[in-house]
Amino acid sequence: MSIHKKIVDDLVANNVSFVTTVPCKQLAGVIEEVEAHKDIYHIPSNKEDEGMGLCAGAFMGGKRPAIIMQNTAIGVTINTLATLTQYYRMPLPMIISYRGELREPVACQVEMAVHTKALLNQLNIPTYHFHKHEDADELDAILKYTFMCNKPVAILTDASFWGGYGDQ
Amino acid sequence: MIRSEILREIAPILRDQLVVCNIGLPSQELHMIDDQPTNFYMLGTMGLSSSIGLGLALAQKKTVISIDGDGSVLTNLGTLPTIANNVADNYILLIIDNGSYGSTGDQPTYAGKKTSLTAVAKACGCENVIECKDVDTGKVLQQAIDSKKMTVIVSKCDSGNIKLPVITMDPVVIRDRFMKAVQA
Repeated sequence: MSIHKKIVDDLVANNVSFVTTVPCKQLAGVIEEVEAHKDIYHIPSNKEDEGMGLCAGAFMGGKRPAIIMQNTAIGVTINTLATLTQYYRMPLPMIISYRGELREPVACQVEMAVHTKALLNQLNIPTYHFHKHEDADELDAILKYTFMCNKPVAILTDASFWGGYGDQ
Repeated sequence: MIRSEILREIAPILRDQLVVCNIGLPSQELHMIDDQPTNFYMLGTMGLSSSIGLGLALAQKKTVISIDGDGSVLTNLGTLPTIANNVADNYILLIIDNGSYGSTGDQPTYAGKKTSLTAVAKACGCENVIECKDVDTGKVLQQAIDSKKMTVIVSKCDSGNIKLPVITMDPVVIRDRFMKAVQA
């Protein structure tokens, strides 16, 4: 089974049925699986804070949401995470491509990578880092944990996890 | 009319619907005029009333009205294409357009100058966009509810605020009460 399908199967197995995405090259395969899955309503958003608003509404409507985005989005969404998701105590699994790590070809990506874990830590957001494929074995438990504690939870997936950037 | 006068007039219509209300004075006004468990008050996060309302409308069948302001829609302008392309016929976005940032001291917004949010919403692909005068808001809102078609209403009104207290209800209480009303 592809890692993309495994991730989406874990989402569906945990009754996640409302997924918003902001495009990412590394997460493209996952986004494709999300779009294709009949049990998921896929709603692309134009900015990650907008996506978190959609997820908050879906949660209050009785659906389990998730967001798929890049780590640069942490810079965009701090206010939303603090004053909406955390303040109203809502669950939100965040599947994040961790750009700017080992094998990264674009120098500017490193500039947000060095702040990513510090910001998540400052926000007291439980954070998991997938570096190898077997790390994703924990995804099912992470999703259960997220909906148990009603918190945003970050799952960082780096370039090594995705097998580099093609020709890298 | 100013926003609080519109809210006072449409309160009997809002009472039976799920309402997601914008941060700041709009929520404080609605809370004071007619607090209901079916009201979700935003205490922070400017700009996301329309997004929260759309997510809620897509997730369940009851009618959802997002009350937003022109300034907040401008903050989250990307919401309009998302709304247009994810049609939920139980969703109404009511933009109370007073051409100013009311909660922060009535600084003018671009919607009060050259920018027409009605034209923007149409250009984004929203199919039922109605611009109305403040005095017609109740009538237009009721028609939108009855039509069972996703509708964006831009209600043009005067800027101005009334003095009123902040909401001290705990956010988790607001959310829990609201979710019980959604499920009821």
